[in-house]
Amino acid sequence: MNGEIIAFCCEHSAYAAADAAGKQGLHSPEKLRVIRVPCAGRVDIIHMLKALEEGAAAVLVLGCEDGLCQHLTGNVRAKERVKYSGMLLTEVGIDGGRVGMFNLAANAPHKFIKIVNEVNERIKERER
Amino acid sequence: MIVAERKPMEEILQMIAPYKKVLLAGCATCVAICWTGGEKEVGILASQLRLARGKEGSKIDTVEATVERQCEKEMVEELRDKVKGVEAVLSLACGAGIQTLAEVFEDKPVFPAVNTTFLGSPEGEGVWLENCGACGDCFLDRTGGICPMVRCAKGILNGPCGGTRKGGKCEIDPDKDCGWVLIYRRLEKQGRLDLMRKYYPPKNFRAVKRPGKMKAIKA
Amino acid sequence: MARDFRETLKTKDFVVTAEAAPIKGSSVERSLEHIELLKDKVDALNVTDNQSSVMRYPSVGVCLLIKEHGGEAVLQVTCRDRNRLAIQADLLFAWSRGVRNVLCLTGDSIDVGDHKEAKPVFDLESVQLIHLVHTLNSGKDMTGNELSGGTDFCIGTTATPSADPIEPQLVKVQKKLEAGVDFIQTQAVYDLDELKRFMEFVRKHDQKVKVLLGIVPVIGAKMAQYMNENVPGIFVPQYIIDELAQAPKGTGINKGIEIAARLIRKAKEDKLCDGAHIMFIGKEERVPEILEAAGLL
Repeated sequence: MNGEIIAFCCEHSAYAAADAAGKQGLHSPEKLRVIRVPCAGRVDIIHMLKALEEGAAAVLVLGCEDGLCQHLTGNVRAKERVKYSGMLLTEVGIDGGRVGMFNLAANAPHKFIKIVNEVNERIKERER
Repeated sequence: MIVAERKPMEEILQMIAPYKKVLLAGCATCVAICWTGGEKEVGILASQLRLARGKEGSKIDTVEATVERQCEKEMVEELRDKVKGVEAVLSLACGAGIQTLAEVFEDKPVFPAVNTTFLGSPEGEGVWLENCGACGDCFLDRTGGICPMVRCAKGILNGPCGGTRKGGKCEIDPDKDCGWVLIYRRLEKQGRLDLMRKYYPPKNFRAVKRPGKMKAIKA
Repeated sequence: MARDFRETLKTKDFVVTAEAAPIKGSSVERSLEHIELLKDKVDALNVTDNQSSVMRYPSVGVCLLIKEHGGEAVLQVTCRDRNRLAIQADLLFAWSRGVRNVLCLTGDSIDVGDHKEAKPVFDLESVQLIHLVHTLNSGKDMTGNELSGGTDFCIGTTATPSADPIEPQLVKVQKKLEAGVDFIQTQAVYDLDELKRFMEFVRKHDQKVKVLLGIVPVIGAKMAQYMNENVPGIFVPQYIIDELAQAPKGTGINKGIEIAARLIRKAKEDKLCDGAHIMFIGKEERVPEILEAAGLL
């Protein structure tokens, strides 16, 4: 996972958006790795920590917009876990901003691209 | 049950600083229930330690294992092979578990990753409140089932003290209820305030001589 | 010259006591100043015991100074720092050196003081302490052993008439009365209706105990708010805070003294209680002004 941006994408929203972005030929960062999950709530703290351990530059969790989670509260739980992971990272001197949660809809490929490109920019800036 | 909280990260890192291969030992009972030292927490702490040590350039090799109850010698025995291969053990169990593990593996440095704090019950999800002082001379029959040793911050038997805050909150912590106001309300509800009006002489603080020991007979 | 406090309680219409907090240190200069200033103006001087859980020169030390200089002393004893052995021993010592009056307290928590990691004792609390003093007075120690020389202390305690909720406090007060106390010095009261309610309760259970109204002058709105949040047992009502806030800048202390004197006057005139106990923390040298304004000098 060297320097990769790991993006856990909920299949009901973010994954569909990412897929559409791909089909429309929109440009996403080279080091982006999309991982499909049935719900953002499926992502656990240990997944985020391990991804960073294995060299990921950032870990994103992308799920449905507020109130629209197909599993009702999966996106809410994901948000809490991302926040907590940030705290655990800060505790060991690692930038808690390297994990992040985002909400979007299936029909928002441009939003998906915007999110991942902005993350990529922040990573590049940090590396400078 | 027994409640424990993870120690500050600096303390943990300092304890295991000299070691390159460490076993993180969890317990699936009390500490797992209060989200401090179960299998999941072992995994997270191990990851944090690897991240921290990786960052400072002194890699650490971690082994993870969780037993059903770390205070049982037979269950701790199961870890023998894993313990053999490491330099030190970092236990996330309560003090009873840590010490049992330390006794079974006497030649290995064993470190506490948690501070064991009290006996308590959940007040709400993820919120624990101390309610038993393990004093060996239970008073609950006289206080409507509320322990004055620990629910009262000063542990007095003829309460309340004069420091109760407005609204019946404790002198020491405005977020905590005055134990004796709670006792009053409970006994009032049951029509048994006569219990609170009785004078209780000084407590026998030597009911349990430390270290406490009990010989149980199986029924 | 000092009159025996027990006698004073029995015979004087309106008893006045004040508090002298020891200094943090071995130097007794300031305590001697307070003693000289106040010993002949009040019926007895209380000496606090590591008040507010702040470590200071011991109460018994200043009590001895008071005795040496011809005053009458009240030894305050808390249960926070000593177990039952130490308390009994300390009381025997105090008695042997002429201290005749004891105020029995549970004690503030360690957390409000300046040694926040200390181990709190609380082997006993105030009610048990009152019983303990009676036991020593009967010539025995707590476990029934005969003493070679007992005591005959005049016993006092505190109460918090402003407590909210009041009912649990009154249960405690009743236990203290049943244990037998000669006097009660209340925590600060700013609302005399609370005092009246408290006296009604006390008189129902004990017609003889003398109740001295606790007076803690508040010298500013901010101080009042600080005390409400940080000093156990003190509740300054909003209308007093407002009155203080309206006082012109720099006159806070005078306003505080005025309010204090007003409360004492009213309590005395309306015969609401048996006296007053003035606690002017850190400003003992201004106590005579309160006495003067209240018409007690």
